[in-house]
Amino acid sequence: MKTDLTVNGEARQVEHESRTTLLDALRDHLDLTGTKKGCDHGQCGACTVLVNGRRVNSCLSLAAMHDGDEITTIEGLGEPGALNTLQEAFVNKDGYQCGYCTPGQIMSATAMLEEARDGAPSHVSETLTGSVPLTDAEIAERMSGNLCRCSAYPFIREAIAMSAEKKS
Amino acid sequence: MTETFRMDKAQARLLDETGQGVIGTPMDRPDGPQKVSGRARYAADGTPEGTAHGVLVRATITKGKVAAIHADSISDLPGVIGVVSGPEFIRNPAQGMANAAPVQPGTRVDYHGQPIALVVGESFEAARDGALRLKVDFEAEAGADVDPDTASEVETGDPSAVGDWDSAFDGAAFKVDREFTTAAQVAAAMEPHAAIAEWQGDKLLLRSSLQMLRFNKNEIADSLGIPAENVQILAPFVGGGFGSKLGIGPDAVAAAQAARELGRPVRVVMPRQAVFDSILRRTETTQRVRFAADADGKLRAVGHDDRVSNLWEEGFAEPTSSCSQFLYGADALRFQQSLARNHRTPTGSVRAPGEAVGMLTFEAALDELAEQLDIDPVELRLKNLPDTHPMTGQAFSSRGLAECLRRGAEEFGWSARGKPGARREGDWFIGVGMASAGRPNMLIQASARVRLEAGGATVETDMTDIGTGTYAIFAQIAGEMLGLSADRVTVRLGDTDLPGASGSGGSFGASSSGSAVFLAARKIRAKLAEAMGCDADELTLQDGIARGGNREMAISDLVQSEIVEEAQIEAGKTAESHFSAGYGAHFVEVAVHAWTGEVRVRRMLGIMDIGRVLNEKTARSQAVGGMVWGLGAALTEEISHDPRTGHIVTRDLANYHVASHADVPAQMEVSFLDNRDDEANPMQSRGVGELGISGAGAAVFNAIHNACGVRLYDFPATPDKVIAGLEALGL
Repeated sequence: MKTDLTVNGEARQVEHESRTTLLDALRDHLDLTGTKKGCDHGQCGACTVLVNGRRVNSCLSLAAMHDGDEITTIEGLGEPGALNTLQEAFVNKDGYQCGYCTPGQIMSATAMLEEARDGAPSHVSETLTGSVPLTDAEIAERMSGNLCRCSAYPFIREAIAMSAEKKS
Repeated sequence: MTETFRMDKAQARLLDETGQGVIGTPMDRPDGPQKVSGRARYAADGTPEGTAHGVLVRATITKGKVAAIHADSISDLPGVIGVVSGPEFIRNPAQGMANAAPVQPGTRVDYHGQPIALVVGESFEAARDGALRLKVDFEAEAGADVDPDTASEVETGDPSAVGDWDSAFDGAAFKVDREFTTAAQVAAAMEPHAAIAEWQGDKLLLRSSLQMLRFNKNEIADSLGIPAENVQILAPFVGGGFGSKLGIGPDAVAAAQAARELGRPVRVVMPRQAVFDSILRRTETTQRVRFAADADGKLRAVGHDDRVSNLWEEGFAEPTSSCSQFLYGADALRFQQSLARNHRTPTGSVRAPGEAVGMLTFEAALDELAEQLDIDPVELRLKNLPDTHPMTGQAFSSRGLAECLRRGAEEFGWSARGKPGARREGDWFIGVGMASAGRPNMLIQASARVRLEAGGATVETDMTDIGTGTYAIFAQIAGEMLGLSADRVTVRLGDTDLPGASGSGGSFGASSSGSAVFLAARKIRAKLAEAMGCDADELTLQDGIARGGNREMAISDLVQSEIVEEAQIEAGKTAESHFSAGYGAHFVEVAVHAWTGEVRVRRMLGIMDIGRVLNEKTARSQAVGGMVWGLGAALTEEISHDPRTGHIVTRDLANYHVASHADVPAQMEVSFLDNRDDEANPMQSRGVGELGISGAGAAVFNAIHNACGVRLYDFPATPDKVIAGLEALGL
């Protein structure tokens, strides 16, 4: 079957089996291997991409469900020599070690910052309405779907906070 | 043939004399931009033209044999190419530094989940479908031992002991004698084990996620029955290893065998559940820790016995008491290990084998002794630091444990510690705990080549960077030695066609392989000195300028075309005369919920002595990573086995809980002593990757006790155990 996607701003058509996940379509059909497979069960977050601006575990979503959708992967944010603010902050704060969960952390953080800016509450928010101050506890709660076995967590969160500060 | 440098005596501290000023700095990783932009390519990223996809089929019995594999049961499935199996298949990954094939069981099945065949398809989806549907006949044998507690075959070693243990223990006024249990754990690297195998004639090109390529090359060659020179392995990026990728895995052997039979490249990626089932795990342990002391806190006897498990024909036994044998002195010490054989997923090295579980119990029992003696736990440790290795009599190389303990107590605010249960904030009991850290330091044979050209230098070795910072550190070592900024050094790693390094394991990678880089660069310095007409001692290299013998020249003008030097290092006499180890002290604050038993770590501080720090930023990340592993071991990480089959029940990342963002506080602080280990290697550095775990979980346990008075002896401290402890205290 064929699915039309807009990936990182570019129109792409993928020919795939009905059972192909969005993750495998990106990795194996479009050679966008920056998005990683860590568990294939939506438990680790390494495969996080943006679908129409919202973060999604691409391993839990079939490619066929995304006809006409806009997908943003890590390759769409910035490249060596022209990294975006968040990517630069990860390098500066050593917000990774092996680097395997990193694309998922960065994609997840990208959407998470938008969610927080839009006032979406989390489990640890003081209030369900009104603005959300982006404390470390807020970032930790909102990023807990992204595992990092190297355990760079404090530095990942410092990088996210640093990038949020720079942008505001 | 490159001459081998043996570490027979302490070397001059050259890195303190060089002037570039890049060694030790918190430099960003040069490979960082590739990692944060998704450009870093790991084992399964990108496939050669015509690649077929393989999915492993695994045993659904515990013990017995594979009677028949019915390939025809899936031959009609669209996209399925075929089924591959055979005597080349390995039962489980090779143990670290095995350098030869692991057990190849043929049709025999030794544990539930053992890989037995590979289904290959045109697509991953087809192969997965085929693997799920393949009909296999097993002949199961009943009555397989799957529980180490009731195992019928137990190998008990002779005790290693000094002093008259019985009289030292019996005669002391204060004693602790406790039995502990620790749960089995897994490495759970984020990148699953994966391989892409491609044959060019009789030569195998293997891309695989591996830690120790020099050994892995021989392991896969031996598994396939081909000469090692016909194998090239590439692993430029490795998505975490933690010991689980020390040896060649079933994915690589199956991919290579299938690619050979089919005449096309084959990719095999292990699903997460297969990684849990079929990759070496950390053993569960039962431990008995005994301390005896005088009223003044002087230790009279130290005992640490342990029982671990493994599958038959595996040589590995978790060295549980490794640290207990040298941290503290006593009149008598005694250590004894038993190994129970069983048909569970076999055990092997998982980050800090030995200390990771041994220090949990040892340092928790010492905390109990301190309470009994009414002596501050920091003070008790300081009182019992030995002058020489208590078991071997070796001199210690530099040993900063006392300073770590004192500095940690000061920086943490340890003196404010109250009695158990004294501090409460709402529904939370608040408490603090501490523990020592230790990890033996090793020098493993390693080679590296350095090229100096007019434009800069290149470092070449088959060493891996598994997140440890090798790319950064080697650029810093070569840059420091050759008077170049680190951005003028290119580091090439992870290719077996390059000189063979130590590999990443046992925290010895940076120091061992880094020393080979250091020595190769030192040889280039000698050549440059010769060209300058001065002694090597007089030569200074900084920012591309060479100075010596009253002359000053651009290094680029001294290099005709290029200077290439290779060096090899191995351990020598200092490894016998001196005992080298990393040391540290952990301090932790926890909150224990009075009603739910939930434990939250609020802050951790680690003071570490790792000799010379090569990169302050990557070292800190390693240490904090280890401390988080300690947190996980103390609170959540637990493999459960089905009591009927031995099969792992908690076989994914939802059921096996590694620490997540929400478990780890922002306040995870680490600082390093400015120390040098002259006997360790020519750079005076030591390993850091495993030191952070050692003792960290014990500090969490000790803090739980200080918070609410509950002492637990079964790791991890899940809420059910904490609640039972609180109820027993009437809380």
